[in-house]
Amino acid sequence: MRNIYLIFSKELKSYFTSPIAYVVITIFLIITGYFFYNILATFSLISFQAETNPIIARQYNLLNINESVVRPLFGNISMIMLLMMPLLTMRLFAEEKKTGTIELLLTYPVKDVEVLVGKFLACVAVFGVMLFSTITYPVLLILLGEPEIGPIVTGYLGLFLLGVAFISLGIFTSSLTENQIVSATIAFGALIIFWLLSYSMLFAPPEIGRLISYISMTEHLESLAKGVLDTEDILYYVNFTLLFLFLTLRSIESRRWRG
Amino acid sequence: MIEVKELVKEYGDFRAVDGITFSVEKGEILGFLGPNGAGKTTTMRILTCFFPPTGGTAKVSGFDCFTESLEVRKRIGYLPESVPLYLDMKVKDYLEFAAALKGVESGEVDRKVARVMGECGIEHMAGRLIKELSKGYRQRVGLAQALVNDPEVLILDEPTIGLDPRQIIEIRKLIKELAGRRTVILSTHILPEVSMVCKRVIIINKGRLVAVDTPDNLTARVQGAGRVALGVRGPAEAIKERLETIRGVKKVVIDGRRDDGTMGLSVEFEKGVDPRPEIPEAIVGSGWDLLEMKTQELSLEDIFIRLITREEGMVQ
Ligand SMILES: Nc1ncnc2c1ncn2[C@@H]1O[C@H](COP(=O)(O)OP(=O)(O)OP(=O)(O)O)[C@@H](O)[C@H]1O
Ligand SMILES: [Mg+2]
Repeated sequence: MRNIYLIFSKELKSYFTSPIAYVVITIFLIITGYFFYNILATFSLISFQAETNPIIARQYNLLNINESVVRPLFGNISMIMLLMMPLLTMRLFAEEKKTGTIELLLTYPVKDVEVLVGKFLACVAVFGVMLFSTITYPVLLILLGEPEIGPIVTGYLGLFLLGVAFISLGIFTSSLTENQIVSATIAFGALIIFWLLSYSMLFAPPEIGRLISYISMTEHLESLAKGVLDTEDILYYVNFTLLFLFLTLRSIESRRWRG
Repeated sequence: MIEVKELVKEYGDFRAVDGITFSVEKGEILGFLGPNGAGKTTTMRILTCFFPPTGGTAKVSGFDCFTESLEVRKRIGYLPESVPLYLDMKVKDYLEFAAALKGVESGEVDRKVARVMGECGIEHMAGRLIKELSKGYRQRVGLAQALVNDPEVLILDEPTIGLDPRQIIEIRKLIKELAGRRTVILSTHILPEVSMVCKRVIIINKGRLVAVDTPDNLTARVQGAGRVALGVRGPAEAIKERLETIRGVKKVVIDGRRDDGTMGLSVEFEKGVDPRPEIPEAIVGSGWDLLEMKTQELSLEDIFIRLITREEGMVQ
């Protein structure tokens, strides 16, 4: 435990001594804020028109804040997370491989798994700060309107689990290479494929479609954002994360098999 | 303290270490000598449990480097060749991090870090970022992290590489002082370093063990009665042939024309014979001029090169 904590706090510090964490969090907040503003502006415009014009009101049967603000907002946040997360994870192992510090670290009396978990948790913590900062948006909604709290909470849970899954995949690609750009690029590619899988569902035969919908990362977020707390969705993210952490561990250990 | 048996390491098809066996006694400083690519770093990485050998075993303090790697890692201090440090950390923070990870008790960390900074002469750098330090100071920080948990065994991979001559001397002195009762393995390809610091030397080349001995014995082993360098005026080939007829001369090498127009030759003798008195006679008697004659000691460099070329001759 002590070793995990030591690695964790060192990594966390280095996120904040280098500009990475600040830059990523700032850009993330600017973009999500921009989306939030636009979604909200559209929503208030429509509700304003709906008040005077019953036809529009019938046409947009969406005058529910949860449906027309919270869910699109979560969708946007998850998309931006996909773009930001590989930038947080890319350095975790690649940098140490490049500079050679991994050689010292792994010859200290520390288990590989402790190194991995420490780094993983540090990244999760940075992401936690990043995600928590967006809480101002739903708080504003609560102050201005009357959204249902349940879907907001489960939606946040979904976003958090989704982000953690992104991190595990990002750490894995970081352990494969000593080049941070390569690591981030592979992570983007893989995440986008997991993301877009839901599109190919439309053309696939139903059995395969079900499988695809299970693998696709978006599908599981959808139901959580609707406020449906299904263990299957949660298990999906947990399994996804554990799988990639396990693969990362293998990848770090692989130096012990080669040759 | 350290026992290496039939160690083999392959990178793919390439054999970087090929059946090395040696052992190091407690408290000994062992020099690990070899040209570039000899397999020094590879052997050290096995000893420090960075990766396992393809074949053979390595033991430190009785613990196997592969199966009991955590136990081994608790007992060693390692300074890799490239001195990889976290450049964005401050010296003191870094050493505290290293100390804690290496298992120093929380209450002891401050004291041990302070002590090791004193020993390595970096107290005044405590608050500096490592990336702002010069190469010499980084080397000291590297040494400090190796020493911070008071390890029984120190493994230093080319600790003086890339330093200026004064720093080299300082770091060598430091290593000698810090060695104390520790067992030290130090790799280098600078030979004088070995004769200054180490009591015993291992020479490896192309992954194979070439020699294990004290620096003095090594010198004695390769050295015959020695050799002389000559400066002559005359036809080099003819002089060479004439000299080779002298009894006890093993080999004559033409070193080439020198700046002052004389021809340089070096003459090597067989063991136990001294044909020096006959050399002037042979040259002057044939009508050439002898301008210079100087006895030469074999340096460790020569021994090194000779051992290695001899080994290659045997392999071919
Ligand atoms: N990761 C690797 N993959 C493939 N070959 C390697 C690897 N590391 C080292 N080698 C090869 O193994 C041989 C021994 O390398 P090693 O680094 O142990 O030599 P060395 O004695 O430390 O040399 P130097 O004095 O240059 O540091 C070299 O021929 C090198 O090219
Ligand atoms: Mg080396």
